Formats: sequence, C-alpha cells, structure tokens
Amino acid sequence: MREALYYARRYPLGVAGALILIAFVVTAVFANVIAPYDPLTTNARFSLAPPSRHFLIGADMMGRDMLSRMIHGARISLAVALGATCIGSGLGAILGLTSGYIGGWFDLIVQRIAEIMQALPLLVMALVITASLGPSLVNTIIAIAIPLIPNVARVIRANVLSLRELNYVEAARAVGMRGRRIALVHVFPNTIAPLIVLATAQLGSTILTEASLSFLGLGVPEPYPSWGRMLSDSAAEYLRSAPWLVIFPGVAISLVVFGANLFGDALRDILDPRQGD
Amino acid sequence: MLPVLEVSGLTTVFQTRSGLVRAVQDVSFSVNPGETLAIVGESGCGKTMTALSLMRLIPSPPGRITGGTVKLDGIDLLALDDAGMRRMRGSQIAMIFQEPMTALNPLFTVGRQIAEMISLHEGISRRSANSRAVEMLQHVRIPAPERRAREYPHQMSGGMRQRAMIAMALACKPKVLIADEPTTALDVTIQAQVLDLIDDLRKELGTAVVLITHDLGVVAEVADRMIVMYAGRKVEEGTTQNLFAAPSHPYLQGLMASIPKFGAQEGARLKEIPGIVPPLNNLPPGCAFAPRCPAAIGPCTETRPPLEMKRQGHAAACWVA
Repeated sequence: MREALYYARRYPLGVAGALILIAFVVTAVFANVIAPYDPLTTNARFSLAPPSRHFLIGADMMGRDMLSRMIHGARISLAVALGATCIGSGLGAILGLTSGYIGGWFDLIVQRIAEIMQALPLLVMALVITASLGPSLVNTIIAIAIPLIPNVARVIRANVLSLRELNYVEAARAVGMRGRRIALVHVFPNTIAPLIVLATAQLGSTILTEASLSFLGLGVPEPYPSWGRMLSDSAAEYLRSAPWLVIFPGVAISLVVFGANLFGDALRDILDPRQGD
Repeated sequence: MLPVLEVSGLTTVFQTRSGLVRAVQDVSFSVNPGETLAIVGESGCGKTMTALSLMRLIPSPPGRITGGTVKLDGIDLLALDDAGMRRMRGSQIAMIFQEPMTALNPLFTVGRQIAEMISLHEGISRRSANSRAVEMLQHVRIPAPERRAREYPHQMSGGMRQRAMIAMALACKPKVLIADEPTTALDVTIQAQVLDLIDDLRKELGTAVVLITHDLGVVAEVADRMIVMYAGRKVEEGTTQNLFAAPSHPYLQGLMASIPKFGAQEGARLKEIPGIVPPLNNLPPGCAFAPRCPAAIGPCTETRPPLEMKRQGHAAACWVA
C-alpha cells in the first residue's frame, strides 16, 4: 500500500490515466444504473434533438438519448478493445517468444506466416474473418484480435533475439537451467516493457477498427450502441446539422486511448527496476 | 592425487561460410582438486572456446565438439545427455564470465537469482535457499549481505556484481570453477580483491580453478600450473614457476618480453610479437607460430612439432626449444 502511494506520487500522469480508465470501466459496469433512458428506445419526435435538459448531450436520428447510448456503448467498446488487445497481444507474445527463442525452422515458418498476414491491411483481414464468422460481439473481438498477432509477434521476437544473446542468459545456462525455464523466467519478463507500450497503442486502433467493421455492418450488430459506429454513422451526415452526434463519441474514444497511454507509460516505468530509485 | 578434471584430445570446430574453423584442436590437460590452472594466450587463441567446450555451452550450430573427452571425477561430460549435463552445470562445474555488468538479470534481485540456482540443484525450499544465498554473499565478503540480497544488479558496482557471480557459481560447491577472464572488466584495485577472493575460496572449499586470462601478471600471482595456447592448440605446459623462469616456446618468450618492465631504460620501445595470429581456417602447414617466430628453422614451416617434455614439469611444442 505504501508502495502504491509512493508510485502514485511519482507518476501523477499515470494516476490520471488510471483514473480515466477506471471511470470508463465503472461506467461500463454500472451502465444500467447510470443511464437516464433505455439506449434502444426510439422516438421520432426527438429525432436529432439538440442538447437540452432532457437530453444532456442530445439525441440521434432515431430520437434515442445520446448519453444513454454513450454509457451503454462503453460496455461494448471497452469489451472489444480490451478483449481484442489482450487476446491479440497474448497470442502474439507467445508466438514471438517461442519463435525468437527456439529459432531455426520454427522461426522461419512463423515469421513467413506473420509476413503473409501483415501483407493484408488490418481492416481487410478483419472483414474476411467477420464475414466468415458472422456478426456478433465475440466474433468481432476475434476478428480484431487476429490481425494484431503478427505485429506483436514480430516486435517480441526481435526483442527476444537480442535478449537471448545477453550474458545473463548464458549465465543461466551455465548454472544448469533448462531452456524453457530460461525463456519464461529470464527472457520473457524483459519483453514486458515493449509489450505494454505496444498493447496500449493498439487499444485505440482496436476501437477504430471496430467502428469501421460496424459501419460496414459486420461489427457489433444494430441496434446495440458502440462508440465507433455512432461516430462513423453520423460523421458524414450530421457533422454540420447535429455535431453532438460526432463530438461525444469522438471525445470518448480519444479519452480512453489517452488514458490507456498515460497508464501504460507509467506501468512500464514502474515494472522496470532500473528506472527506480 | 587423482585429477578432478581430465581433458584429453578436446577438439571444437565451427562451420562458417568461409569453411571449417578449428577453434580448439586436440587440447589435453588435467586439474587436481584445489589446484589453479591458468590457460593463457592472446585473443582468438581458443581460450574461451576451450572453457565453453568444458561446459558444453558452445553455440550450436555453427559450433560442434568433434572429439575428445572431458572427464569430471571420472564422468565423461561429453557423453552425457542434455538433462544430465544440465544437472552437472552449476552443481559440479561452474563458470564465471568476463562481463559482470550484464551477467545478472536486471529484473530480479541478486539474492533471488542466487537462491533460484540453489533451489534448482538442491530442490530445497525458497526460504532456506534465500538464507543460503545471503550466506554465500557474506562468504564472498559483501558487506550487509541481507540488504544486498534484496538489491537489484544496477544498485551494485562492477566488483560487487562479480563477487555476486562468484557467490552464485560456488553456491552448490562445484568441484571445478571455470573463471573466464574474471577480472578483465574491473578496476585494477578491484581485480586484486577478486583474485584474492577466488584464491581464498579455492583453499576453503577445495575447488579446482581453471583460470582463463591473457594477463601474465595474474597468472604469476595465483596459478599453480599454466598452459599456453596458440591458434587453438596447446603449445606449452608446465608449472608456473618453471614457465616463468625459463619459457621454452618462442611464443611464450615473446609474450614475456612484451610485458612492460619497471625501471626499463627510458625511451626504450615496448617489445611486441610481430605479425598477427593466422586465420584459424587457413593455418600454415607446420608450426602455426612459424611465420611470426624469430627462431624459426627449416622444419618449422613443414611439420607441426609435437608436444614434448623439455624437463620435469615442463612441456612445449617446438622444434627449436
């Protein structure tokens, strides 16, 4: 506890990032309680209603309360962003670690597959995957996670390649440690810093990919609210006539990405003992 | 006394793009318990490769041990399977490296790294491994060992880290300690401390020490016997006293003459051995040293001289000596 306070004082920006993330997570968890209206109820009378006492940040084309949709959208957007980032980074890290540490033909095959995957634009690959799996929340997460794998795998592999030549890896071999244990205990923890930076950077792009997929009708299906789709649906049509439809989802996405980056940077520093003292 | 480590005919090669490089060729030596054997020679002569071959830590591919035996207490290390060799490393035969600054994992405390290695070999509980680690740190004369055990490598100086490495290497009381240039990266004052420490621990624990160095001053100080390597081969062997008193191979004579002398005539040029070590994949026929040798005669460039006893406790591979 005292340690937590010490770090909190040392990394005020990290605390800010953590607070932003916590606020969004709490919103997502208690969406049912917080939201003033049902996010799915339509009412033609209030179509494109500007911000007012009743609709704090306005209503959309269908007359649905934007604030309620934003609050419920936090659930879906955070689930997609965190889920896809964790799955993609996790699998990528495992592949990168094994590929870099084992080397040889295994490395060759993994890296060529990663190159083939990277040759396709992220969105195109996600499109192909969702199109074949069908639109649903879980499938959206999978579809966004898979294209992340090769990027993470390559960064981690490059890191492992340099780490495994270091003296302490040789020293670990010289005291009779087995390869698997060296990879897990001595090599992997040293790749966590780049992994965190990469994962926080990807958090934002996953939300945007989800937006694009939803816009094309392949992401989280209507009528469930997702920030990405709210943004992309209204950006072209209503930017002039009803800017609140664009501004608030945009601000929410930026805030989450910003918070994740601040928190990730502080976390990276805290986890590295060389930065301490 | 039976030697604890007996190496015979050790040969290690590397497959490179420009052909087969014979890094270690037909090297034999033995070390008695509690004895210090020095392996000397200039960079690239195969000292470190010999040490790594003993530990079976040659990067493979491209390296390969193609011949010989390395007997530790009668067990041939080269015949063991990988799991068997892992059990030997650290517990029976240990190694310390040249670079103490990077030989410890920066993410874990020093105590934890020593404890990890103890529990690896002895399967004892975390708690007793930790207290053994503190004990070892005290053994290598690190002040306030309890506190130091909880510190990270970056909080320690180079000499302190090298001592921590020695603590780790000796924690399981190995029979043989290989020290690959353990003092090269340290300050001169710290060098002496570390050498003294290794020497004291050798006496205390009866560990045989194989000391790899290019510093003849270090050899004179701590080694009982020494072998001289040139271009992957052993060219001279004997007690330190004999070799220093009367080096017979022109190579060792050259090395001795290159040591700067206190009180030498002012303005006198420092002696050196002309030329460079020949590339290991393109050795001349005959003696590898012949092209640089001031005493070379006819047969030197044609036939490689065998290692011959020159007198009691002194052998050399040279046609002239």
